[in-house]
Amino acid sequence: MRIERKELNWWEKPYIPAVVYGFLVTVRRFFSRKVTMQYPEERWVVPEGFRGAPYLVRDQEGRIKCVACQLCEFVCPPKAITVTPPGPEADPEAGNVEKCPRDFHIDMLRCIYCGLCQEVCPEEAIFLMKDNTLCGYNREEMDYDMGRLLDLGGVREDKIRKWKNK
Amino acid sequence: MSEEEKRIRVVIDGNAVEVPATSRDPVTGKPVPTTMIQACKAAGVKVPHYCYHRDLPVAGNCRMCLVEFGTPALGPDRKPIIETDGTPRINRSPRPVIACATPVSPGMEIYTDTPKVRKMRREVLEFLLINHPLDCPICDQAGECKLQEYSVEYGDANSRFVENKEHKPKQVELGPRIILDDERCILCTRCIRFTRDIVGDDALGIINRGGRSTLTNYPGRPFDNNYTLNTVDICPVGAHTSKDFRSRMRVWFLKETPSICAGCGTGCNMIIGSRENKIYRFTPRRNDAVNKSWMCDYGRLNFKWIESKERLNRVVVRDGRGREEISDWASALGSLVARLKTLPHGVSGVIGSAGLSVEELFLLKMLSNWLGGVTDSVPNIGEEDNLLVSADKNPNSKGAELTGVAAKPMGSEIKHMAGRIKDGTLKALFVFGEDVTEHGIVPELLDKLELLVVADVLPNSTSNAAHYLFPGAAYVEKKGTFLNVRGRAQRFFKAVEPPGSAHAEFELLVELLRLLRITVDNNTVEGVFERFISELDESSDLTWDGLGDDGVDMTGRTDAGGSG
Repeated sequence: MRIERKELNWWEKPYIPAVVYGFLVTVRRFFSRKVTMQYPEERWVVPEGFRGAPYLVRDQEGRIKCVACQLCEFVCPPKAITVTPPGPEADPEAGNVEKCPRDFHIDMLRCIYCGLCQEVCPEEAIFLMKDNTLCGYNREEMDYDMGRLLDLGGVREDKIRKWKNK
Repeated sequence: MSEEEKRIRVVIDGNAVEVPATSRDPVTGKPVPTTMIQACKAAGVKVPHYCYHRDLPVAGNCRMCLVEFGTPALGPDRKPIIETDGTPRINRSPRPVIACATPVSPGMEIYTDTPKVRKMRREVLEFLLINHPLDCPICDQAGECKLQEYSVEYGDANSRFVENKEHKPKQVELGPRIILDDERCILCTRCIRFTRDIVGDDALGIINRGGRSTLTNYPGRPFDNNYTLNTVDICPVGAHTSKDFRSRMRVWFLKETPSICAGCGTGCNMIIGSRENKIYRFTPRRNDAVNKSWMCDYGRLNFKWIESKERLNRVVVRDGRGREEISDWASALGSLVARLKTLPHGVSGVIGSAGLSVEELFLLKMLSNWLGGVTDSVPNIGEEDNLLVSADKNPNSKGAELTGVAAKPMGSEIKHMAGRIKDGTLKALFVFGEDVTEHGIVPELLDKLELLVVADVLPNSTSNAAHYLFPGAAYVEKKGTFLNVRGRAQRFFKAVEPPGSAHAEFELLVELLRLLRITVDNNTVEGVFERFISELDESSDLTWDGLGDDGVDMTGRTDAGGSG
């Protein structure tokens, strides 16, 4: 398809009226409500249900909720999650009677924030939180380990408390 | 017609099949009437079950295999009544029966997929799940659990159970290798029957009654025979767990490689479960001719050495005067070949372990023929038992004998070699996979050698003295064939990569023969195996693929089974 170029008339040819009109738009914005954010000092408040970085949570008694079932590792499409199962010896200090991960890594450079780990988790131990635009100075720094994920994840109220009466 | 050849025609879900009238009892070996579940299996119809196991006596307690059936109606003349359309009239039984313990009769019709049967399965599952903890996320059986599978297939998604669950002991140490979770147990008694009837160690039993029935071992008597870990395999749920494998890896991640256990000469078929180059477990692979469904605990846990930090993983060249350097395959092989070409005919000896594959031993024999040397293997005799463990601890003694590497009797040539090293007529020694210092060729004799070439997996006094040390691969890291004590050729495959610059001895030998310009027509494992077969018996049509999953008995084809 060909589009004919519009012939400019004598009023449009010097461009001065267009420049003046454009300047008027700028001046009008100058006095209206400001919409630009001072990023990164100022951050956008994400809506409920936003899928940010996945973190691990503890229950209200401070226990790690994850039981190292490795379903998130299995379902993770970019293979960002690596869980190290505990092996035969359970750590009595962890508070979990039978099983909790020895280590849990999420490579945040690989994570695509799809939320499948949260969806598949049978223990409600991993949640996509509101954190976004994660950054670091090198690749190792972006591979979050279990301690970091638990600190960032915080506490979730748990009605069942699986290990309480075991 | 003998009792065993008699066949019975039965109709399963509308399809007629002929099944033998009797089959062998798994424990006594006597002929017993064929049951419905065996007939269904022959017809390719799966009947869900928990307590039935084809290698165990029938218990009939789980009630999962309930089916409906009918028998032909007989007239006054005791002949089946034929309807007008030509089919026999069937009297349907008013009640279901358990397929695992009901013998088939001529003309019987079995219905395994009626609404009533499905309803019974759903209700049996509901009862089984009443006291089940539903802890699949932490249960090792998850992924290969029959309770999970049938619940998905026939069970109800919602629980109607509002009472409190019965709590039973958890994490009970039954023995040194088994941890029992009584809450998961569905009381199928497979483990009890296995240890009582197959092993002959009556260590397990069920105490208490009803919902409080608990599986336990006899007080003060640990469940510690050499076959305890089989109960982990046959347990249809996660009640028995292996202490070694417990909570180490979820089973769905494991890559399954068919292999052969190298723990002794029996050659139990097994599956290697590995993930990301790490071995997690060995499980038995069914083979009626060798190990049925079982495997001993020793063989099953015999993989820790493969991951040892000690493993040889670099090519080392020593000049014999204390200088030692790390080399690479190409240059080490190059200088070795140059040395070999200057070596006089008939001054070398070759000691090939009977733990090498048939193909490797065959190539080793070719190398030895070129050198004009003498060969032998090292016998390894230990204790045997009446179930699986063989006295011959070498996995491939028959292979060593048939390829001609082993002297007759095995190990008799080593003494002569030691004597010839002493008087200087044996100048070069090739040692593959053995520590000869423990078998008569002491380190002082090794120092007298002009050339000592060693390929091994773990360091020992022989490898420490080697002039050319090539790191080899364990049997899980290569492909090949073993001939078990009864002369059965069985294939094993590569599950994990060897460490560092280690390579299978097969690759080392192929490369060495190529550099020495010795023709191996087809230098793949398959090709070498087929050449070995054709040299044994020219008329044989046995191929590598022809070995299949279960292997082939070489007895009769050759003199392989002559003495065993």
